Amino acid sequence: MFREIRQGLRFTLVTMLLLGGVYHAMLWAIGRVAFPNQAEGSLIRRSNGTVVGSRLIGQRFERPEYFHSRPSAVDYNAASTGGSNDGPSNPTHLRSVRARIAAIEAEEGVTAAQIPSEMVTASGAGLDPHVPPAAAELQVARVARQRRVDVGAVRALVVAHTEPPALGLFGRARVNVLLLNLALDDRFGRPAPAAETEAR
Amino acid sequence: MITEYVAVAATALLTVVTSGLVGGYLFRVFTGARTWLDWLLVPLERLVLRVTGIDPAEQQDWKRYSVSMLVSNAVMWLGTWTIVTLQAYLPLNPDRIGNMEPTLAFNTVSSFVTNTNLQHYSGETGLSYLSQMFAITFLQFVTAATGIAVAVATMRALAGSRLTHVGNFYVDMTRAAIRVLLPLAVAVSFLLMWQGVPQTFAGAATATTIEGGEQTIARGLAAGVVAIKQLGTNGGGYFGPNSTHPYENPTPLSTLVEGWSIAIIPMAMVVMLGRIVNRRRLSTVIFATMLAVYLPMVAFAVAQEAGGNPAIASMGIDQHTGSMEGKEVRVGAALSAFWAVTTTTTSNGSVAAMHDSLTPLGGLMPLAAMWLNNIFGGVGVGFINMLIFVIVAVFVAGMMIGRTPEFLGKKVEAREMKLASLALLWHPLAVLVGTAVACHVWATTADPGTALGWLKNPGPHGFSEMLYEFTSAASNNGSGFEGLGDNTPFWNISTGLVMLLSRYIPIIAPLALAASVAAKPAAPETAGSLRADSATFGMTLWMVIVILGLLMFMSVAVLGPIAEHLSLAAR
Repeated sequence: MFREIRQGLRFTLVTMLLLGGVYHAMLWAIGRVAFPNQAEGSLIRRSNGTVVGSRLIGQRFERPEYFHSRPSAVDYNAASTGGSNDGPSNPTHLRSVRARIAAIEAEEGVTAAQIPSEMVTASGAGLDPHVPPAAAELQVARVARQRRVDVGAVRALVVAHTEPPALGLFGRARVNVLLLNLALDDRFGRPAPAAETEAR
Repeated sequence: MITEYVAVAATALLTVVTSGLVGGYLFRVFTGARTWLDWLLVPLERLVLRVTGIDPAEQQDWKRYSVSMLVSNAVMWLGTWTIVTLQAYLPLNPDRIGNMEPTLAFNTVSSFVTNTNLQHYSGETGLSYLSQMFAITFLQFVTAATGIAVAVATMRALAGSRLTHVGNFYVDMTRAAIRVLLPLAVAVSFLLMWQGVPQTFAGAATATTIEGGEQTIARGLAAGVVAIKQLGTNGGGYFGPNSTHPYENPTPLSTLVEGWSIAIIPMAMVVMLGRIVNRRRLSTVIFATMLAVYLPMVAFAVAQEAGGNPAIASMGIDQHTGSMEGKEVRVGAALSAFWAVTTTTTSNGSVAAMHDSLTPLGGLMPLAAMWLNNIFGGVGVGFINMLIFVIVAVFVAGMMIGRTPEFLGKKVEAREMKLASLALLWHPLAVLVGTAVACHVWATTADPGTALGWLKNPGPHGFSEMLYEFTSAASNNGSGFEGLGDNTPFWNISTGLVMLLSRYIPIIAPLALAASVAAKPAAPETAGSLRADSATFGMTLWMVIVILGLLMFMSVAVLGPIAEHLSLAAR
């Protein structure tokens, strides 16, 4: 028995160092060389070096000059993530879906049938960086109006930022909201801070 | 939607097709044949065995083999429990995570030692980088290796005639970890990093968002964890929401890679079985039987999730992309449903959508998959669970034709049937008694919503949350209906105990069974023998799996998911 325990201890130590330590350190080194940007979290920096977000992590957008992301159960808190875990028959859940539908109908001036379900349901991690193309299209008119720019120009930006399914097969067409909004600011300038107070 | 269905079919097809290759590699590794990675990995394997003090030539009988397994697992349990409960005092903790509370640590360590990976904590707030490396990643490798080792020993025993020894636990375990899991994990990590999964020692990043808010973005050593969590059917994510988190599963391609990783080794184990017992047709029959359970479940779950939530459909919005609550746009409803079934049939437990928010019958599929727990199953243990059903099917078929039941030319007698029944009955016992106790506590507590605060959802769905938790613990799966407020002493301790018992009873009983079979002389097969490698036997096995495996859970299925489905449909 004593021999068994000693073997167990030794095996644990050596595999812990190898599979817990060396493995991760080796991957880290590979990541730094091969994929330096991805390995650090695909961060996006402004020209002055400040981090504006990660291309993989969604953000909350409330101002009408920007495209909005999907609802998030954690309010886009990327340090404590999660979904709503609401069941399909939960009355509280169904009430909040109804409220979201009403809010979108009012803001975009559309009917319920035009609203993609993604815009009234919370994502799994609360950080979904994407919306489907239909959800971006839904917001084009409002964004253009708020920014006093041509609807066609905004729509062209959306089309340019629509990622097709991988290899044309895997997954869905989608629009990265953060990248789209950054492109909006690049093309049409950042909205004046006055609008910010108005919107809040 | 059409591209989503194509993606589901392509992922399944790719995994099935490549499982032959990986199965062949597994066979070569465990029979000592040469492989093309030997120059790199054999020296590493020798190093581990030398440090451990193992003579690779030493053979163990099934009892010694089991003792080595239990002792090594106990040492790992203690070592990792110490790490997570002291992590605040240890280095590599840039986000200043505190020590893990003892009952939560009991649950977490029991969960990872048993290859379950049920998580009552959230990675980004509950574990330091050091714990993620030396507790989580380490256990994800060695517990998967433990499962593979015991499965290989069981297969050897089945193949043997008048055999007393089944192999050497440490040799099998080291081979599984160093020569199977490690190279695959490095390759998968590489692909995942390319797609955007982080691998960094830097702490959380702080961003100033476009609208001027502040966003703290937790990151860390995710790529290495995600790769082995999938390959080792562990399922424990780096971040709380697992592979719904864009850092764990950033693109459709990473969904493909992870989907493949979930099922590849469980499928390859079935292929290896045929090679070891030298009956490839047996592998084909078992593989086909498994597919005949798995594929209909996938199709049904995909149809449910793609069909959307009727309660939301009645609000008149556009739900043509399916039920999207708890799901990610880049994954979509169909792949989420496919993943939900795959991760539960294989005892993996990683999720690409929040299972608590699945449609009622969509959520019934992962439950049913865990109730069976033998369709491909966890690395190693899936095959072991299937062996139990094979023995029972042999017995049933033998009774029906009035002959002494035989498997691989060996008589199946009372001792084998007792061991098979023990393993077979433990699973429903743990699930149903556990759920009953939880319901009792809930029902007898005054104002349970406030006093206990367990359930996120009312009605039948709340029942499903408790049912799912014990099902997941008892099948060593690890996924959850995460609305359940499970970080309480009751859930930490009860599911911790269930996980431990549900790991070791169903591993040791079949190994003893196989050893008992191994000790018998193989009788030559005659025209009157029951052929386990025939299509007829495959159909018998399918019936036994579906009837015996699912019927025991019919009542709880009705109380939870089916009741909820009917109430939704009646709206």
